[in-house]
Amino acid sequence: MGKIITKNLNLWYGDFRALKNVNSVFNANKITAIIGPSGCGKSTLLRVFNRMNDLIEGVKMDGEVLVEGKNILNPGTDLVSLRKKVGMVFQRPNPFPLSIYENVIFGEKIHGDSVKKDKLHNIVEESLKSVLLWDELKNRLNESAMRLSLEQKQRLCIARLIAVKSDVLLMDEPCSTLDPQSTSRIEELMRELKNSYTIIIVTHNMQQAARVSDDTGFMLLGELVEFRNTHEIFTAPRDKRTEDYITGRYG
Amino acid sequence: MRKFKEFVIEKLILICGIASIFFVILIFLFLLKEGLSVFGTVSPFNFLFGKSWYPISEPPQLGILPLILGSLLVTLGAAIISIPIGVGCAVYIAEVAPGRIKEILKSGIELLAAIPSVVLGFIGMVTLVPLVKNIFHLPTGLTALSGSIMLAFMAMPTIVSIAEDALYSVPKTYKEGALALGATHWQTIWRVILPAASSGILAAIMLGIGRVIGETMAVMMITGNAAVMPNSILAPVRTLTATIAAEMGEAVVGSEHYFALFAVGIVLFVISFIVNVTADLFLHKKQ
Repeated sequence: MGKIITKNLNLWYGDFRALKNVNSVFNANKITAIIGPSGCGKSTLLRVFNRMNDLIEGVKMDGEVLVEGKNILNPGTDLVSLRKKVGMVFQRPNPFPLSIYENVIFGEKIHGDSVKKDKLHNIVEESLKSVLLWDELKNRLNESAMRLSLEQKQRLCIARLIAVKSDVLLMDEPCSTLDPQSTSRIEELMRELKNSYTIIIVTHNMQQAARVSDDTGFMLLGELVEFRNTHEIFTAPRDKRTEDYITGRYG
Repeated sequence: MRKFKEFVIEKLILICGIASIFFVILIFLFLLKEGLSVFGTVSPFNFLFGKSWYPISEPPQLGILPLILGSLLVTLGAAIISIPIGVGCAVYIAEVAPGRIKEILKSGIELLAAIPSVVLGFIGMVTLVPLVKNIFHLPTGLTALSGSIMLAFMAMPTIVSIAEDALYSVPKTYKEGALALGATHWQTIWRVILPAASSGILAAIMLGIGRVIGETMAVMMITGNAAVMPNSILAPVRTLTATIAAEMGEAVVGSEHYFALFAVGIVLFVISFIVNVTADLFLHKKQ
């Protein structure tokens, strides 16, 4: 049983159909990569899972998206608890212009009623430890997060999600602004995190998909062309279009 | 030939650029020259902190403390009224209002800015002043409070439009990040967007206040113009600006009264200079 399942998912921006009958199963404790050329709808698909597309005017969806068995496209869906459960890491690291400490406990502050100080401190320590930032930053917790390096910022954004105990981490090209060393360290972190989280990553970078993911979906013009085990899709793609893409004939 | 043209145009632009500074310096020098003469008759301390302003008595008493307090009282009142409403309005326009309402509100604010201050003063005189008089059972409604309320309307357009710009320039990624963490719209505004825009909003407030301090016509019409030490916001007051406007016409050129009014001008100049520089500091901190 998948953590996230889409059934005949369609999405329109006004008249433009950005997703066409997407059927997919994202499994828990695995990293699933979504690849495809620019404008193929991979970010759009990712933003369905935490309903971030709602911010765009004129979005229409039909079909079903089940997160732990519940259809999140239902009008009555509680977006606050959905987004708590399904967290998102963005392309450009976007820590808030607050201190490092405040960034980590941001979620706890908006969700919790009144949390004790030592409990907050524990949350900060654990979250920063799980993204391997604690040792570097433990003496700088009150500094502004804007002064961190890009990689540290991206880790902090992941720590922010861990602090609210998200189950699913949606990552929208999380390494595209990072240098190769930082990228490989973030990938390492992803492999570590997948034991406790379901990770879905959208990436331009096919090598990255091949390196980190267990399953891969290839999208083209709003269609999920092929969705299978990463090893299989890269060594023996079944669809001609997938093969053309991964061998670099376009994209 | 082409080189010559370039040269001429370059120098012309240079002159235009220097001109504005040059005029400011000239105005300031003129103010200084005329204003500082007053300190031959009255010490700077007695001028700033003297409690009586009787410029045509014999000998003249030239203490501007009541005028400074009048200006401060009216400005403070206007700030207390206009800051929450102005910032709230900016937040509504920038973050909440749907497209059409946003356009209507923005043009409404622009219209408010376009109303001449004498018209605002006139409207205040016939509507607000009697209202204040009746509500508080005062002998006259021409009070600092009436002035504050009217001036709040004048500060609002500045505060709203600059604060709105500041809110717009907060990167959308902050908003997305907060919403994606499950923050509600209000939590996003309160905890992320407002702190991120805070320096721009402070600049907006300072510029709004700057406008209030310099305003003359409306305050002259509705604050009662009594140059006495104000004991409450419900008392008539007179501001620095209104004093100059009301008395310059009858002051004999070269008299102590005349020089004193210029010195009042220096005080005003210094106050608005400080306010503007502060606003500028906030604006630059943002970048």
